[in-house]
Amino acid sequence: MKGKKKILVAMSGGVDSSVAAAVLLEQGYEVVGVTMKLWGGTSDTGCCSVSDVIDARRVADQLGIQHHVFNFGDEFDAHVVDPYVEAHKVGATPNPCIECNRHVKFDKLFRRATALGFELIATGHHAQITRQPEGFRLSRSVDLRKDQSYVLHMLSEKQLARLQLPIGNLTKHQVREIAASLSLQTAGKADSQDVCFISRTKGGRQRFLEQYMTMTPGQVIDSQGNRISNVPAVQMVTIGQRKGLGISGEGQPRYAVDVNVESATVTVGPKSDLYYEETPITDIQWIGEPVTDALDIQTSAHGHTARAKIADKIYWEKPHKKVASGQSAVFYKEDTVVGSGIVSKL
Amino acid sequence: MIDDITYMDNAASAPIRDEVIEAMLPVLRENYANPSGSHLMARKALRLIDDARDDLADAFGCKAQDIIFTSGGTESDNLAIFGVHSKVGGTVVCSATEHHAVLEPTMSVGGKVVHVERNGALDLNHLSDTINDETTLVSIGLVNGETGVIQDLKTIASIVQEASPKALIHTDAVQAVPWLDMQIAVEHADLISVAAHKFGGPKGVGALIAKDQTKVSSLQLGGGQEKGLRSGTHNTPGIVGMAAAARATADTKEADIARVASLRNNLADSLLEISDTFETGVRSNDDGSIDRTNKVAGSCHLCFADIESEALLFLLEQSGVFASAASSCSSGAQEPSHVLSAMGYQRELARGSLRLSLGYRSTQNDVDRVLEILPNAIQRLRSLGS
Repeated sequence: MKGKKKILVAMSGGVDSSVAAAVLLEQGYEVVGVTMKLWGGTSDTGCCSVSDVIDARRVADQLGIQHHVFNFGDEFDAHVVDPYVEAHKVGATPNPCIECNRHVKFDKLFRRATALGFELIATGHHAQITRQPEGFRLSRSVDLRKDQSYVLHMLSEKQLARLQLPIGNLTKHQVREIAASLSLQTAGKADSQDVCFISRTKGGRQRFLEQYMTMTPGQVIDSQGNRISNVPAVQMVTIGQRKGLGISGEGQPRYAVDVNVESATVTVGPKSDLYYEETPITDIQWIGEPVTDALDIQTSAHGHTARAKIADKIYWEKPHKKVASGQSAVFYKEDTVVGSGIVSKL
Repeated sequence: MIDDITYMDNAASAPIRDEVIEAMLPVLRENYANPSGSHLMARKALRLIDDARDDLADAFGCKAQDIIFTSGGTESDNLAIFGVHSKVGGTVVCSATEHHAVLEPTMSVGGKVVHVERNGALDLNHLSDTINDETTLVSIGLVNGETGVIQDLKTIASIVQEASPKALIHTDAVQAVPWLDMQIAVEHADLISVAAHKFGGPKGVGALIAKDQTKVSSLQLGGGQEKGLRSGTHNTPGIVGMAAAARATADTKEADIARVASLRNNLADSLLEISDTFETGVRSNDDGSIDRTNKVAGSCHLCFADIESEALLFLLEQSGVFASAASSCSSGAQEPSHVLSAMGYQRELARGSLRLSLGYRSTQNDVDRVLEILPNAIQRLRSLGS
């Protein structure tokens, strides 16, 4: 095996990372697969269940590569689950996948890889790394519907230099075709969709959060402060939500336009109240030089982009639907990530 | 596959003995008849089981009629705890460092847990405080699977006898067979669990030795094998293999213990020269030397500060050294050790635990190989982080 470049592939037990490992093997790397065990509790699918570890191991066996399991449960609890709960306590809507990438996959796993003698790491994310004159940059997948560059936006140039995303130039359809042609165990496996540590069959997000926090019953009010109805849990209301607020279906539709846990109120208003010309953000990070021209801004994992300029805030070209605090705003120039920020309270 | 194997995981499973393979092969080939049948071939198979029972009784120093064949240690532990609890009720008590096969059944019947000392020995005062008239079963493992610590079953039995005369004593002796005279268990316990693969036999076969079987109810119903206490077709080759393993183990035990203890002492002493390294379950003599008499000969269990054992095991494996840390869960991930936690080790230090377990087949070469690989791996991980 001497002379081959070694690479550690994070294998979740899904089809994408299975094919990522296969592609690297084909390219001549010495591939070692690793599955991170992150969550000890119940979950439906996600990247944490024992059956997913079995799938990853079976694929590794099919490919004839080593497979290891790393238990990063402590790191996952401290950096992903605990902050997820804390954010909900103040009515924010965090993205746990981003925090997992930031602290577990691209920090803890990178450090572990270094210690074990691996300079290179790969994952099965749908995104591309390009080497541009100014350095390594992250771009969208060729399959825009599956693009995951949003949840990888925090990768530094240094991290990008060590990372390979072998399926970023493939469509999901092509990934499944490769998996099928190799008869990989995971070829027909459904995509994971939800937060991996929350079990839909066990009551979903609310039941999960109730184990760690007390929900605040609250009032639904209009912009004048008139009481309209009650909600059992203010923390569970999301900006833009229309159903489940105890509002009669008559008249103009009304939406949750503000959630305030401290005063235990949810403010509702017409759709127009949801739209703003500016969105406040903190923690602005640029990859390379700050860009003053208009950029494409994405504010949720599977959301559309909108044009805006970035200064101290996001200044939208057209009024933009309110974004829940805690969400990441990722700045794209064409299809390349050039920076990001975290949405704060208005 | 790696050609050059240094197997340091005997406590997880010992290599199968040649005598065992020799004993099992003809049974697999010829004695396939169901031992519960009535024809000649069935009777021949049953005879093999009877003979195996006698051989095991000889090796362990117990009565043949007390042996109930099971599928292994976990089933034996479950049969002892659930079997006694459902028959006589009351409260089950076990130690905090028991194997999950004892802890989980005990907790599920609302049992109580007794603390251990820093060196892994049972806290005898806490035992006295915990048991009373309600106690019907006290389950204390003779040898701990992780640390190799031996419990003082004689003293424990006398405390139980005094405070709760009617209580039965169960001991999970799965880790004890290669290293201790089983007479200790037979003398002081009413129920004893053993598993063949820990002493050179095949997997999937074990036994519960139960002196008073009127106090045990069966967990699985069916054809009524093993006097109704364990229904299910006998695993003839497995049972024959277990008996052969017990005989072979008994024959060479004394010599094995002396030889392996010396290898282990050499290994542990050398590894303790690595800075910030702690050996579990030992005591210090007045002259500063280490007293390992409380541990079985095959056990070298250490905690390395600022190390994550997963990373360490990975590096050892790349050099053909196979060992373990705490117990592995079904996914293969390393779980934090409940044993070290019960002994009062901080989680951070417990994360750097390593169990190098030697066996009858271990050699000086194995020790040399570990000493060649392990200190460098520790140094690497400490300098690079993991």
